[in-house]
Amino acid sequence: MSSSLAVAVTDRKSVAVADVASSTRDASVQLTRVTKRFDGNPEIPAVLQDVTAQFSEGEFVCLLGASGCGKSTLLSLIAGLDTPTSGSIETPGGRTALMFQESALFPWLTAGRNIELALRLSKVPKAEWDAEIERLLKLVRLDGHRDKRVHELSGGMRQRVALARALAQRARILLMDEPFAALDAITRDVLHEELHRIWREEQLTIVFVTHNVREAVRLGERVLLMSSRPGMFVRQWEVDVSGERRIESPEVATLAAEITEDLRREIRRHAR
Amino acid sequence: MPAKSTLDVRDDVSQLEAGLDALDTPIVTTDRSPFARVIRAVWPPIVALLILLVVWQIAYMLQLKPPDVMPGPADVWTSLSNSFTDGTAPTAIANSLKRAAVGFVVSMVIGTVLGLLLAKYDFFRRSFGPLITGLQILPSVAWVPAAIIWFGLGNAAMLFVVIMGATPSIANGIKSGVDQIPQLYPKVGRMMGATGLAQIRYVVLPAALPGYLAGLRQGWAFAWRSLMAAELITYSATLGLGLGQLLETNRTLSDMPGVLATIIAILFVGILVELCLFAPLEKRVLRQRGLLGDKL
Repeated sequence: MSSSLAVAVTDRKSVAVADVASSTRDASVQLTRVTKRFDGNPEIPAVLQDVTAQFSEGEFVCLLGASGCGKSTLLSLIAGLDTPTSGSIETPGGRTALMFQESALFPWLTAGRNIELALRLSKVPKAEWDAEIERLLKLVRLDGHRDKRVHELSGGMRQRVALARALAQRARILLMDEPFAALDAITRDVLHEELHRIWREEQLTIVFVTHNVREAVRLGERVLLMSSRPGMFVRQWEVDVSGERRIESPEVATLAAEITEDLRREIRRHAR
Repeated sequence: MPAKSTLDVRDDVSQLEAGLDALDTPIVTTDRSPFARVIRAVWPPIVALLILLVVWQIAYMLQLKPPDVMPGPADVWTSLSNSFTDGTAPTAIANSLKRAAVGFVVSMVIGTVLGLLLAKYDFFRRSFGPLITGLQILPSVAWVPAAIIWFGLGNAAMLFVVIMGATPSIANGIKSGVDQIPQLYPKVGRMMGATGLAQIRYVVLPAALPGYLAGLRQGWAFAWRSLMAAELITYSATLGLGLGQLLETNRTLSDMPGVLATIIAILFVGILVELCLFAPLEKRVLRQRGLLGDKL
């Protein structure tokens, strides 16, 4: 009873991508013809060109693409850290939080205080802080590490505290920029499991940027391939997540091979 | 072989995770006892001090210079303890410390504002930055004549010299502290909703603290030096006796043991403030952030 990964493929240039099941789920992130240029020169291709996409409430989307395809820029735009040159971005799904390859926890605070600062800045009533910190640390399985300093935690533990901090910001949309890229393979596997668990328990919308195709197939309900210069969505795959999925499963490998082939074609296009 | 139930898989993951956490957690060595730490820190300087005293005593006994020009350690000790018993040294130390502290606190306020402006506004940095660095190089004793003309022979003149000496170091300290903040921190701060003053209070200042403390430490050194230079020159009967003035009095009396005793007092006050205030503060901050390694 091998659960093959059912794949729905759209294959057009600059596709407007949307969840196939979007008719039944509310939009969490809505991008409409988003263009981003870092300089006024129209000769240089835009970082993002006319990107239109909809991510649904509670969806797990993975963005794949070669360097310079504007993946990180797109996350910054959704997070509101930057504004698009044209087009509109709406996040009806709620507040966003951005996570990076580095945990970016503040080293002058303990794990618990890092989370507390997020609660404080999110205007959560002080009376709820203590219980909320405990709940979040438990959620990322770090109860008992509340008073640890950042340098006393391993890389994987730091990312889990960063995840707890993101949730403390009352974020419903989690934007993750290659958060596990610096971790070793086993730790990454474990964090994949944990992220999936927390995604389900907290019913989050997750936009996960990676350059690791297998990671994208392992995690995403939908994998979007981006082209570079100008950055735009060119293809998407729907992944069946009902069954057990491991990074070493043959289904993951098969789909990853197919996507990798597309990614390579996309990169070769830039050779002169 | 039966497929694993979901529960088993979950159990596997949590155990694997606990194992990883245990293995990957950096091992933090337990500190020595406080007493052992103090002993370990204190004995090398004491050895150095003893060596110096022995060399000094030998030179004194060889009579390389006449005893009134080069007194021995015992003479200086007598002079030092006399000035403590008759109350001159404590008064002078208290007066000098008070002046230096007031000057330092004022410098801290001005320097912090200047430093934040330097860090935040590029135009301010490019226009006033070189000037402030120049002032840091300028020996602040050069301000003494101007200060006396402007403020007369008094505390105001000395305060001015101290402020001119200490402020640039503090300003540059906080500027480089802010410069060294990893770019991600302010970004994360904004992400969490910290803007404007909240950003400065919760992100910028704590992140810049190590550089700021280094600047404060250097600022204190400059303040103390500037004050001594100013006190040495600003001499008046109406002015409270400071260590610099005590030094000058001893010179006019050709009291060489007194001169050396005062120099030692100035040195020790400086070291004491450093050891009791700045060193522990800096060590604590660095240790909290895991920036101290295994050093004491």
